[in-house]
Amino acid sequence: MSKVLLVGVDCSECSVRALRYASDRAEVSKAQLIVTHVIDWSPYSFNTPQENEDRHKRREIELDRAHKEIVDPIVSELRANGLFARGVVRHGHPAETLNAVGDEFGATNIIIGKTGSSRIKTQLFGSVANTLIQISEVPVTVVP
Amino acid sequence: MLRRMMGHKLILAISLILMPWPLLADDGIDTRINDAIRPAADVVSGFIFSSFPVAGVQVPFVLVWLIFAATFFTFYFRFINFRAFKHGFELVRGDYSDPLAAGEVTHFQALATALSGTVGLGNIAGVAVAVSLGGPGATFWMILAGLLGMSSKFVECTLGVKYRNEYTDGTISGGPMYYLSKGLAERSGKLKGLGKVLAVMFAVFCIGGSFGGGNMFQANQSFMQLVSVTGGESSWLADKGWLFGLVVASLVGLVVIGGIQGIARVTSKIVPLMAVIYVTAGIAIIFMNLSAVPAAFSAILAGAFTAKGISGGVIGVLIQGFKRAAFSNEAGIGSAAIAHSAVRTNKPVTEGFVALYEPFIDTVVVCTITALVIIITGTWNPSVDPSQGVALTSAAFESAISWFPWVLTVAVVLFAFSTMISWSYYGLKAWTYLFGESLVTDAVYKLLFLFFIVVGSSMQLGSVIDFSDAMIFAMAFPNVIGIYFLLPVVKKELDDYWKDYKAGNLKKFGKAAIRS
Repeated sequence: MSKVLLVGVDCSECSVRALRYASDRAEVSKAQLIVTHVIDWSPYSFNTPQENEDRHKRREIELDRAHKEIVDPIVSELRANGLFARGVVRHGHPAETLNAVGDEFGATNIIIGKTGSSRIKTQLFGSVANTLIQISEVPVTVVP
Repeated sequence: MLRRMMGHKLILAISLILMPWPLLADDGIDTRINDAIRPAADVVSGFIFSSFPVAGVQVPFVLVWLIFAATFFTFYFRFINFRAFKHGFELVRGDYSDPLAAGEVTHFQALATALSGTVGLGNIAGVAVAVSLGGPGATFWMILAGLLGMSSKFVECTLGVKYRNEYTDGTISGGPMYYLSKGLAERSGKLKGLGKVLAVMFAVFCIGGSFGGGNMFQANQSFMQLVSVTGGESSWLADKGWLFGLVVASLVGLVVIGGIQGIARVTSKIVPLMAVIYVTAGIAIIFMNLSAVPAAFSAILAGAFTAKGISGGVIGVLIQGFKRAAFSNEAGIGSAAIAHSAVRTNKPVTEGFVALYEPFIDTVVVCTITALVIIITGTWNPSVDPSQGVALTSAAFESAISWFPWVLTVAVVLFAFSTMISWSYYGLKAWTYLFGESLVTDAVYKLLFLFFIVVGSSMQLGSVIDFSDAMIFAMAFPNVIGIYFLLPVVKKELDDYWKDYKAGNLKKFGKAAIRS
């Protein structure tokens, strides 16, 4: 069975490091890379009627922008380097969505960058890495 | 960008129009506005509330109309209000939401948005009016009206989604205007004309309602509460309704004209929190007086059928309960169908199930808590001036938690604000249905809306309450007539769906899946 690595990306520095780590690993083990960006979104939020009316339109714009500005450039660069890569953009809770996308593509390892938020903030709101480690059924690599 | 620039110009224009008002204030502008509007308000409410005598009591026809419809829908759909209660919850929780549709408007969000338009002053001020005029027994009829109203919401929200307009850019417009015109035309060619007439009537009343109950009533009651916590008649604010109106109008103007959604977004986050605080405080007071609860319930039950000392006897009690329930949860009025229709689903009836929760939360839960607090604390007193709606509830909470009136004031102002934002949207949808969408038509409506905020804050409660009741209840006539014609459509949607649901053919995604 070929290996599938899922790497979570956003615009941050640490996600660049996670990506580098993932692409090195993929090169060595001839693995497929699933480059995933999650747009933070909750199904339980409170909106104004105007927001609801425009929601579908905005969702399209958000997906389009995430593809164009974050995921697609990464994927084409990886492909140019001879790797097998594919981009995925989803809305949802970051950790849970990464986990679900991992399931969907049969990822054998999930790789994310460390967000580096303070201890208090993590205590209060949790962190993507902490949650992901708790819920994932495959190894999770957190790149510092 | 253009819209935003227009917005800034408009804000300037509003300020210029409203500027001279403070100068006139010395001459008692409050009284002048009141005097000018009262005759018109009286005529309108007199017409809408034309009543007929039953056992010596005048019964407003519109109430019979709404309650009959709600009861009829409950039987026609074989107690859908109880039957689909569990499934509605599963839908709200997201059990049936496809994870690939994440980012679209969910059932929860559509329900929450609709609720923020209904939970508000009706639950606080309206209940106080019902209990003081109708006695504790009014609570019983209020709860019954809430339970029956669930069926009305089910029908109108299903239709709202089924006949909404989806535009090429992905935005959605729905509501009774669309199901009345499109739905009736679809039923038969002969009904096309009637559908159009009903849709236009609905739109006209909806605009009126958005100026009345969705606006003036809110402004008026929140101002009253602000005055009462700052010292009542001796308050510096006591005769400055216009000033309060100007401030609120400016804030609403920033949202609806300036497009500063930030304010609306912040409010939409705080309002649910205030609702939770209000309900928690209510429950806390009930627990603090647990020994008085059985007596309160027996007063509610006894009062519902005997009505000692209440003008109009049992019928009088019943009317008070039904009237305030209808005004609070707006079942059969059609307004909620506008908010619910933004949901992303290809099965319209699912939103109907979700909408069942609206009257349930609004009336059966929140209104009942208010009523219990008023009855338990003994604040209820038939000789209390019924025009002091919020003040009565405030006093009831104050008797148990001394500082609560301040919290209540914040809650009242925020509830009023979010209801105004919702109703400005409902009214605008009706307005653009009539006059088409353009920057100018939009602006005219929004300016009128702001103007009525100032008017509402300056008027005496009596005429405001009558006018706002009248316009909102008027919406029920075209809406319910149309719904009767469209019942077979909803029946078919329901039967097809329910068969699949019972057979387990609907794809369930589980709780974890929705969040992914």
